[in-house]
Amino acid sequence: MTDQRTPLVEMRNISISFGGIHAVDNASVDLYPGEVVALLGHNGAGKSTLIKILSGAYRRDAGEILINGEPADIHNPRDAKKYGIETIYQTLAVADNVDAAANLYLGRELRTPWGTLDDVAMEAKAREVMGRLNPNFQRFKEPVKALSGGQRQSVAIARAILFNARILIMDEPTAALGPQETAQVGELIKQLKREGIGIFLISHDIHDVFDLADRVSVMKNGQVVGHARTEDVTKDEVLGMIIMGKVPPKAIPGPGAMQMA
Amino acid sequence: MADTTNTAHFNRARSAAENPVKRFFRATEIDTRLLGMVGAMLIIWIGFNFLSGGLFLTPRNLWNLSVQTASVSVMATGMVLVIVTRNIDLSVGSILGFVGMIMGVLQAELLPQLLGFNHPATWIITLLAGLSLGAAIGALHGMIIAFLNVPSFIVTLGGLLVWRGATWFVTSGRTVAPMDATFRLMGGGTEGSIGATASWIVGFLACVAIVASIIHSRKQRKRFGFPRRPVWAEYFLSGIGCALVLGAVAIANNYPWPTNIARKYAEANGLAWREGGLFIAHGIAIPVLIAILIGIVMTFIATRLRFGRYVFAIGGNPEAAELAGIKTRWVTVRIFALMGMLCAVAAAISTARLNAATNAQGELDELYTIAAAVIGGTSLAGGMGTIAGAMLGALVMQSLQSGMVLVGIDSPLQRIVVGVVLVTAVWLDTVYRARAK
Repeated sequence: MTDQRTPLVEMRNISISFGGIHAVDNASVDLYPGEVVALLGHNGAGKSTLIKILSGAYRRDAGEILINGEPADIHNPRDAKKYGIETIYQTLAVADNVDAAANLYLGRELRTPWGTLDDVAMEAKAREVMGRLNPNFQRFKEPVKALSGGQRQSVAIARAILFNARILIMDEPTAALGPQETAQVGELIKQLKREGIGIFLISHDIHDVFDLADRVSVMKNGQVVGHARTEDVTKDEVLGMIIMGKVPPKAIPGPGAMQMA
Repeated sequence: MADTTNTAHFNRARSAAENPVKRFFRATEIDTRLLGMVGAMLIIWIGFNFLSGGLFLTPRNLWNLSVQTASVSVMATGMVLVIVTRNIDLSVGSILGFVGMIMGVLQAELLPQLLGFNHPATWIITLLAGLSLGAAIGALHGMIIAFLNVPSFIVTLGGLLVWRGATWFVTSGRTVAPMDATFRLMGGGTEGSIGATASWIVGFLACVAIVASIIHSRKQRKRFGFPRRPVWAEYFLSGIGCALVLGAVAIANNYPWPTNIARKYAEANGLAWREGGLFIAHGIAIPVLIAILIGIVMTFIATRLRFGRYVFAIGGNPEAAELAGIKTRWVTVRIFALMGMLCAVAAAISTARLNAATNAQGELDELYTIAAAVIGGTSLAGGMGTIAGAMLGALVMQSLQSGMVLVGIDSPLQRIVVGVVLVTAVWLDTVYRARAK
């Protein structure tokens, strides 16, 4: 990378293993403000695990995380949120049985001066944010369980941007969505990008993310195969990286790159 | 705001397409499930009234029913939170027994030595000690469940055995009696009731509170421009709420003291005694007031506080709650500690009512408590349940039991009926929920 700016996020030489299996092995990725980086790889390549270390769901065995060039201490999801890192999980981590406003504010509820939940204020703010994201959304009184996949996704995204996230992690953001909803999420990503938010997009399907991403980082068997700017490589070349670990000439190889004979 | 007008149009369009019954329920926002339960209970009441030749729906029986329900319904409010987080507590009956025994020994044997008999502070010291002990036992269970990852079923099954055994060891199986005179008021009876005037005052205060809360919620909705209930629905809800409260007070005030007690009271106070004359009303029993107060506090905790929000979020999706930064383990510990405290309240009510602490106190109460919560709509799959539903569930269970006693059904058959009703109720609920989707 020739970029002289400080990366928003830099994950250096991260490793984690579960019971002897190296889920992530010496992986390094970075992300700049206003940039979308796609993290690609097969199922089980270690993408989600790597990113869960950033969002505080897992604790790394080795390596370091820098936010704006400063070493960051991330031990749990609360720590990550302090650094402005918000995550939208593959499983759409929403609490199914409470309504949209409660989900938006889960863990950070607004409270009245008496210490009770300020539901009206939360609902008012939720209506405002959801109105911006998905103007058709009206089902504020119903538990999230009753919503469609796209509506649940917009709740999850609203939840992430509500607290002025600077770093947004989206794990398979469109996996559960139809074509129209996928396009909506694409628009949203562009909008967030313009606001200077750095976004990690995680996907096993290159078609989902290739057009949205500025760069791709490919993982295979827990290791980083390589990084590339999307303008420098073709989809086929990236597929080669994903499937075989073959690094095209304009990409920067990582520790997981296939050793050329 | 353009948004809200759109919503209003949308809602109006939708409600126009519905039949009047559906429109009524949407407008009043009455929980149809809860209403179904009230209906089932009324059927049980009327059925037993018919079978017992008019004995069931008398002020006396209904008053007794309310007192008998108090202890289990107090515990059921806590069981809702436990079950909502996909846990179970099988130890509540044994905790009740153990805490009751400790409180019994404290007030009947230890404190009199220090303070003298019937000292005014005895009851409060005893109660506070009991509450702390209950909370400590519950917290211990909660910590084992949350931090050592032992399933709650096993931890509390162990607790069921451990605390029942411990109860025996406190006095080597001896029954402790009598209880402190003030403490005894928590158990109800003629003295443990607040009388007619105070009951009416409580009733009117409750009505004021109902109307005030409806007005407040309407104002809040207006302030933020949310859809509101139609005005007639607000009047209707206020009216129904007040009618129920005042009706219940009227019933409690129609149950007079038994003749002997009334005569003794009349003699002691120099009142004129005519045969069959003196009518002194019981009014609301103190244990019932305690249970209602606990129900209100628990509803407040479950719906208005962050803790309650977390309880339900954890029940809906534990992983999501954890990822949202909720300290799920500590929430679990606090739920079980709260459950333990409620067991202590129930222990106070039941020892006071019996005027003794016995070895077998609270046996099988865990099952009635769980049954009350489940009949009251708490889903064993987690995430769903209401405090009011559980208390109503406790009332349904107790109605069945005391109704069967009135009708003279043998006790083995009573258990069979209770078991069958429990299974049927949950089955019906499953059907209802499947259809609601």
